[in-house]
Amino acid sequence: MKLRVTVMPKAGVLDPQGKAIGQALAGLGFAGVAEVRAGKLIELEVAETDPTRAKAAVEEMARKLLANTVIESFRVEIA
Amino acid sequence: MKAAIVTFPGTNRERDMALALKCATGRAPAMLWHRDTALPAGLDLVVLPGGFSYGDYLRCGAMAAQSPIMQAIHDFAARGGHVLGVCNGFQMLCEAQLLPGALLKNAALRFLSMDCHLRVERADTPFTRGFAPGAVFRATMAHGDGNYFADAATLDALEAEGRVVLRYATPDGAVSPAANRNGSQRNIAGLCSANRRVFGLMPHPENQVDPLIDGTDGLPMFTGLAAAFA
Repeated sequence: MKLRVTVMPKAGVLDPQGKAIGQALAGLGFAGVAEVRAGKLIELEVAETDPTRAKAAVEEMARKLLANTVIESFRVEIA
Repeated sequence: MKAAIVTFPGTNRERDMALALKCATGRAPAMLWHRDTALPAGLDLVVLPGGFSYGDYLRCGAMAAQSPIMQAIHDFAARGGHVLGVCNGFQMLCEAQLLPGALLKNAALRFLSMDCHLRVERADTPFTRGFAPGAVFRATMAHGDGNYFADAATLDALEAEGRVVLRYATPDGAVSPAANRNGSQRNIAGLCSANRRVFGLMPHPENQVDPLIDGTDGLPMFTGLAAAFA
């Protein structure tokens, strides 16, 4: 079973990378981009076949390693 | 003082740290590998040195914080052991939740390799007792992710508990935005645990321990530590 973990900087946490991307887009002439936030997407293939259990296991992985919950939020979904 | 330095794949400042500890104590520290599961008996200090452990993959220090040796370091700290983390070592301490907060990418996105000045906010820790309170000393910073972040409540608690040990300052000691090159919250360059025995900082005091190589501005950190265990 394949799962997808989206990791994003929390609201209120400075995201200089997103800011730089936003400035580059403005420099390329793309108007009207208000805010850009840059995160990570992690895909995992797991042996577990029960979606509920697989999701719970990956959420545990996200809390322990994939995301730093001091600065990042995460969302796990079945891919 | 019996000290040990932990090396990880990608660590590159362990030799400078070993030299600094040897300058201060006359004894070479033990060198440990991240796969070790126990610390040497009778250890006073564990050092997590600078570098780019695991290529900074995922987040700086995130992989190292899950290494086998970290459980032993957690236990050591819980027993009141002294732990020093410099640069990547500070990032590891935050990732391992031995210190609060996190180190974000520098505010201006650039890797900063330059001297900075640090104001000693607390000289009553084992790590800073070699400095006078309020002293300003020069150190070298070399990092891409040194922008200290914690939420406002955590920052207020750290200030109230007197756990902010070093702040970025001008050479004459002004804690100003201009001196805060990486954008750290409240100019925080170094902080300690509630018992003052776990200490992390981004700049490299071990760079300045030899009068023939860029002076001895950082040496009081190591001689102070040695004196604390004399």
